Amino acid sequence: MKNNTKIKHNQDRLYYAICYTGVSILTLIVLYPVIYVVSSSFSNADLVVQGKVWLWPVDINLDAYEMLFNYKNLWSGYANTIFYTVAGTVINLVVTLCCAYPMARKNLRGRNQIMFLFSFTMMFSGGMIPTYILVKNLGIMNTRWALLLPSAMSVYNMIVCRTFIQTNIPEEMLEASQIDGCNDTQFFFRMILPLSKPIIAVLALWYAVSHWNSYFSAFLYLKDSSLYPLQLFLREILFASKRIVETDGMIEAGASISTNISVVMQYCVIVVSTAPLMCIYPFVQKHFQKGVMVGSVKG
Amino acid sequence: MKKKNVSVGRVITKRDPRKDWRLYMFLLVPLIYIIVFKYMPIGGLVIAFKEYKVRKGIWGSDWVGFENFIKFFESYQFWRVLKNTVILSVYTIAISFPFPVMFALMINSVRNEKFKKVTQTIVNMPHFISTIVMVGIVFSVFNSRTGLYGSLMHSITGSWPEDLFASPANFRHFYVWSAVWQNFGWDSIIYTAALSSVDPSYHEAAEIDGASRLQRVIHVDLPTILPTIITMLILRMGSVMTIGFEKVYLMQNSLNLSASEIISTYVYQVGLSAQGNGNFSYATAIGMFNSVINFVLVVVVNKISKKVSETSLW
Repeated sequence: MKNNTKIKHNQDRLYYAICYTGVSILTLIVLYPVIYVVSSSFSNADLVVQGKVWLWPVDINLDAYEMLFNYKNLWSGYANTIFYTVAGTVINLVVTLCCAYPMARKNLRGRNQIMFLFSFTMMFSGGMIPTYILVKNLGIMNTRWALLLPSAMSVYNMIVCRTFIQTNIPEEMLEASQIDGCNDTQFFFRMILPLSKPIIAVLALWYAVSHWNSYFSAFLYLKDSSLYPLQLFLREILFASKRIVETDGMIEAGASISTNISVVMQYCVIVVSTAPLMCIYPFVQKHFQKGVMVGSVKG
Repeated sequence: MKKKNVSVGRVITKRDPRKDWRLYMFLLVPLIYIIVFKYMPIGGLVIAFKEYKVRKGIWGSDWVGFENFIKFFESYQFWRVLKNTVILSVYTIAISFPFPVMFALMINSVRNEKFKKVTQTIVNMPHFISTIVMVGIVFSVFNSRTGLYGSLMHSITGSWPEDLFASPANFRHFYVWSAVWQNFGWDSIIYTAALSSVDPSYHEAAEIDGASRLQRVIHVDLPTILPTIITMLILRMGSVMTIGFEKVYLMQNSLNLSASEIISTYVYQVGLSAQGNGNFSYATAIGMFNSVINFVLVVVVNKISKKVSETSLW
């Protein structure tokens, strides 16, 4: 018996060792490229291209950042992205809440039919070209509206929000308010909004991240570069110089300083565009995770 | 996830709609939105059956029946883009599905709370990196001249390695493994949450019976999250044909097109790209072919899901 526990103990120890190593290795694999990118962005361009940087910055040097910050488009892209993120998220929240509130009422006539109308669009869509034609016909092509209106609400997020309202705000509360003479609009502003703060926070974060990171609609609908969000300029910087390397083909290492610095500039641009999200992320990740959980429980 | 009648013992009586006019007013904007931006494009699909001319508009253009579809089915691109889409999608599911489950089981066995928290924070992080930055990182790090890969190979072998991105086969590996890198942590959240609901008394009972930790993982933890795993897998299968445009398009180059041209990028190529001939009707027909398959898959998979695990999307 004693022998058995000993064997079991050793087995357990081995198992825990495997778990800790496995988790550590996976974490390092995730972390390493991030450290490499950040370190390279702060290093001497020639040394980066020669492969002298592999973990920490070598010969710290901010030339590439300076070059990048002199690039005017970066700032207009930043300003545009902040605008799209803020305005887009506000629109998203208003439309989502206005939709989720009535849909959470079980005794609303026509609720199931309306719900079907919404959820059907999650399964079947017109696709890229008909939407493009629509945006064109509405006359919002190449305007800021083209990035805000077509994605004014995500049906999935609306369902998450509806589920939250249904499960967290008891019907007795509605009945009590109605007895006190509260109408549906007042109930929305006085009860639903204050009590839905947690889900509003989660949705705001989800929507904001998706606006910050999206490039597809800007890529399709915007021609005027003064309207471009940051991601489109990123695409220009990250992929244009790749094409130069591709066509030159046989560039030798350290051939010209200007190419080396453009390589490092790519790392800089990655850091500059992603840093805001990464700085906020550790503080809000709890909310994101909560959202995943709410989303997985459908009413 | 099964539909429950939450209001037990209460009969839901539909109210007189006139009393609820305020609620309908709330729905006005969302309904207008969904009709204009979701249903009008669905209506716009009729141009798949027409020869769309900008001058004549959607309704004025001439009908051509199934001509656009037949043209697509008969073109040499048809099997190529269909094959690429399915291979890329199945490869993605096959590789990226098991990782989050494994990771969740492993991190659930970790007893040091601080270690747990720090590692989870790190592995969830890449989920918030944009597609453009993600692809940019892959291209930079694996660049055969200026990237880490190039200089590493150069210092080992003494010569410059070949360009990894020129090969069609590598396209798929990069696509799939970068997706694993970016999402395994985030995707594991749902499993770690399911694992946290395991009743500790099961573990205690198993321990008294002499089960090792690994045995407890296999006989207690795994069965608990099995329904979640099955549901996630089924849902994932339903989206086999919905591989997004964004990442594939960014990773495409003229040398890997034979593996990287999928349905959605081909729609763009035919309909909107500078090199394409702006054939809206043909592109719409291709896109619609994809949407219809998607729809059928989702419906079928949901039926199966209802039977197998009593969970479903609706």
